[in-house]
Amino acid sequence: MTAIIALSLFGISNLFLGFWFPRKTIQLVTLLFLVVSMALTVSDWNHELLWFGNMFRTTNTSINFSLIIQLAAFFVVAFSKAFGQDDEHTHPAEYYAIMLFSVVGAILMVSFDHMIVLFVGLEILSVAMYVLTGSDKRNLRSNEAAIKYFLMGSFTTGFLLFGITLVYGATRSFYISNIGTILTTTAPESMPSFLFIGVLLIIVGLLFKVSAAPFHFWTPDVYEGAPTIFTMFMSTIVKTASFAALFQLVSGIFGSLYTVWVLPVYFISMLTLVVGNISAVYQQSVKRMLAFSSISHAGYLILTVSSKQISTTSSILYYSLSYTLATVVAFAVLILVSEYQSARVEKPENFSSFEGLAKNNPGLALCFSISMLSLAGIPLTAGFWGKFFIFSDTFSRNIIYPVILAILMSAVGIYYYFKGIIAVYLKAGEIEKIEVPTLFKMALWACTLGTIILGIYPSLVKSVF
Amino acid sequence: MSLLFILFFPLVIGAILLVAKPKQAFAISLIASIIELVATILVLKDAATAENGLVFTKPWIEEAGISFSLWVDGVNGILIGLCALMVPFIVATTANSDKANNSQYQGLMLAMQTALMGAFLAKDAFLFYFFFEASLLPIYFLAAIYGGENKNAITFKFFVYTLFGSLFLLIGLIYVYLVTPGSHSSDIETLYQTATMLPERIQGNLFLAFFIAFAIKMPIFPFHTWQPDTYTVAPTQATMLLSGIMLKMGTYGLIRLVLPMFPLGIITWGNTAIILSVIGIIYGSVIAIQQKDAKRLLAYSSFAHVGLMSAGILSQSLEGIQGALYQMLSHGINIVGLFFIIEIIERRTKSREIAQLGGITQYSYVLTVAFVILSLGSVALPLTNGFIGEFLLLKSVFDHDMIIGIVAGISIILGAVYTLRLIQKTMFGNFSRITKDFEDLSAAEKWVLIPLCAFVILGGVYPTWILNFTEPGVQALVSLLK
Repeated sequence: MTAIIALSLFGISNLFLGFWFPRKTIQLVTLLFLVVSMALTVSDWNHELLWFGNMFRTTNTSINFSLIIQLAAFFVVAFSKAFGQDDEHTHPAEYYAIMLFSVVGAILMVSFDHMIVLFVGLEILSVAMYVLTGSDKRNLRSNEAAIKYFLMGSFTTGFLLFGITLVYGATRSFYISNIGTILTTTAPESMPSFLFIGVLLIIVGLLFKVSAAPFHFWTPDVYEGAPTIFTMFMSTIVKTASFAALFQLVSGIFGSLYTVWVLPVYFISMLTLVVGNISAVYQQSVKRMLAFSSISHAGYLILTVSSKQISTTSSILYYSLSYTLATVVAFAVLILVSEYQSARVEKPENFSSFEGLAKNNPGLALCFSISMLSLAGIPLTAGFWGKFFIFSDTFSRNIIYPVILAILMSAVGIYYYFKGIIAVYLKAGEIEKIEVPTLFKMALWACTLGTIILGIYPSLVKSVF
Repeated sequence: MSLLFILFFPLVIGAILLVAKPKQAFAISLIASIIELVATILVLKDAATAENGLVFTKPWIEEAGISFSLWVDGVNGILIGLCALMVPFIVATTANSDKANNSQYQGLMLAMQTALMGAFLAKDAFLFYFFFEASLLPIYFLAAIYGGENKNAITFKFFVYTLFGSLFLLIGLIYVYLVTPGSHSSDIETLYQTATMLPERIQGNLFLAFFIAFAIKMPIFPFHTWQPDTYTVAPTQATMLLSGIMLKMGTYGLIRLVLPMFPLGIITWGNTAIILSVIGIIYGSVIAIQQKDAKRLLAYSSFAHVGLMSAGILSQSLEGIQGALYQMLSHGINIVGLFFIIEIIERRTKSREIAQLGGITQYSYVLTVAFVILSLGSVALPLTNGFIGEFLLLKSVFDHDMIIGIVAGISIILGAVYTLRLIQKTMFGNFSRITKDFEDLSAAEKWVLIPLCAFVILGGVYPTWILNFTEPGVQALVSLLK
């Protein structure tokens, strides 16, 4: 919990550091801040405590989620190369500060014990993201994406808030634990019917954030318009945080209302899988493909939501971690390649600009391919076990057809992820050696190694979760 | 420990080759594969004397009851032996070619060996699946980077098709695994016990899921459409790995997983599967007769041979399984030799078109003799290794159902037609424009072909020591079926 106080202070001090120090220093300091906050997060391990008038709860699960979020933030900061090269128009200190603030929001979302904390956390995270999406001020697409994201996001927040209000009206409590007790002790028939609408609205509000179909329409455009580094941030941190919140609510306090939401949730998960995977097949742009891939991964995760089993928590954590590691690498290589190609081709983010990458940049090609393999769920990578745990968890609850659909869809996934590998290794193209900063390179290899180690020995973290 | 060594040694050397890119890739790779062969022979010797075979177990994902366990018994011993035996030859076939000192190429081949070894050695079903899938990566890159015309589309189809098939296997495995008592276990022997208790309808569905996965891998009609193109387009060594060793993962999966797990499923679907396999034999042979490209002809012949193995296995008899194991070994040896001969011809004449070749016997006597011996092994003439396997397989299919047995028996005639036609058109007759001045075999090429021919005859004359080695394992397996 001290982590969120520390991160807020770090964020403010970052703003001031911008007066005196160049970007490079601020980047290193921000990394240091994140390491400190991760250490502070770990120090709460095995102390289940309530804070701030019982509104905030730290459990081992929430700590694990916060660690994944901060790890993702760490890599995003380490990869933040694309912006801040020209200091006149970009404000590195501010962006790093905003990133830290949004991490605070994300941590609030995974450790709330009070509905208002969930709402505040979501708002902190989202407002920060609206700013970051539009941070490439002179780019029309970035501005458009920011507006779009903002409008959609505020709409969603309205849903969530409305849902919270209705649930409060029915249970007279904002506290998760109280609501949970009331819901389990009262027979569903004696509940006011608007409770069920409230529950569904809350779920829809959060599904919006994880970009589940049919609430996904903003995702490809916003992901494509935003500077790639913030797309990376969105597709990992925002997703993990919203997903953790959803999981906590649905399988925790709303567990007794299983029959109310189970069908919509399964329907949405299957729709998300189909829409995400099938649309991804048709993308020419790697960035848009990754946007749809993030939609499809949301589909896999939603499949597991509806269980109260302990093993599911660890599966979701494992999946989030493996997805995060692979996604940041994919975006990082995309940043490098599109930066290199931006002066040379019209559409630097297309698959075609990756062609022939392996020839002079074998390291980048390898990292990119491993991340694609992991996202596709091929053995030897973390993604395989992520999918495996999710399928076996879902299967163990006798949910057969959605799992079969998910497995078929993961075969579709191979198609578009392999487009990347084929472009990198098998197509001929002229890409010279791309200069990669040392820090960037280290982060790239750390993620790639992480993906492989988790792929070979998943128990390493699975036993911790 | 020795099991771990034979599993990971090729991968370690392969990784060194891939990363360090040494100049003498060929020598390193050849020596490594020979060390691997010697180590494997020692392991097999231990396994033959040990009471219940060799077992190695370490927890892997303890929370889920998944362990890293390996074993060697009569059933997989022969496949491990085949894998260890053929890789040195496959490596040796690159001698003096542009791929000899290509460290990436050699490294991928050795990585492939580890994946294949892993699939054969695994005692845990998910470990099996892990290697079963992982083997696709090195072979995909071998074929896709070094392949011939239109390689991207063809190898991609191969990858997606086979991976799609194995996802069915994954569904089936997870299902059976979740039925196991307590905190679940995926040990193959535990799965035997739980799976056989399942009701007939479920066993039938699971049988289908497993069978589709293995049928795509082997391949069995009608799941074979990826195979001829991939075999043709892949570089020869990749084709050898695919047809000589990798397709045996499918037949091995049938023996190891499907037979003991779903006896009731086989009652429902076994006949259908056998009929499909036999259709594959006839279909593959008839198409092979019409092929113009020698490599493609061999691809179809491989497709025909594997159909008979699958039919024999599914007949669930001792002879069928023994015959299939023996045939896997012989087919591995013969097909690698035959593909190498086509490669030799192609290197010298730049062509695989049967119509353009001919008269090579006038220039290279040894090549002709080797070609004839290997072909006769493939046709299953008595005194060659192919005969023992095919005989046992046909007998088992015949015992199972006489009509299917007769139809399958036609395959011997058809096999003789396309194989002898291939020899006649390429080796005998008048020399053509491109076979004129055909260069005789180099020493390295002889070093590959002569031992392979010796195996063909040795296997045909003295099969008992191998059959005796496999018998206890197969006997144990068959006793589970009754």
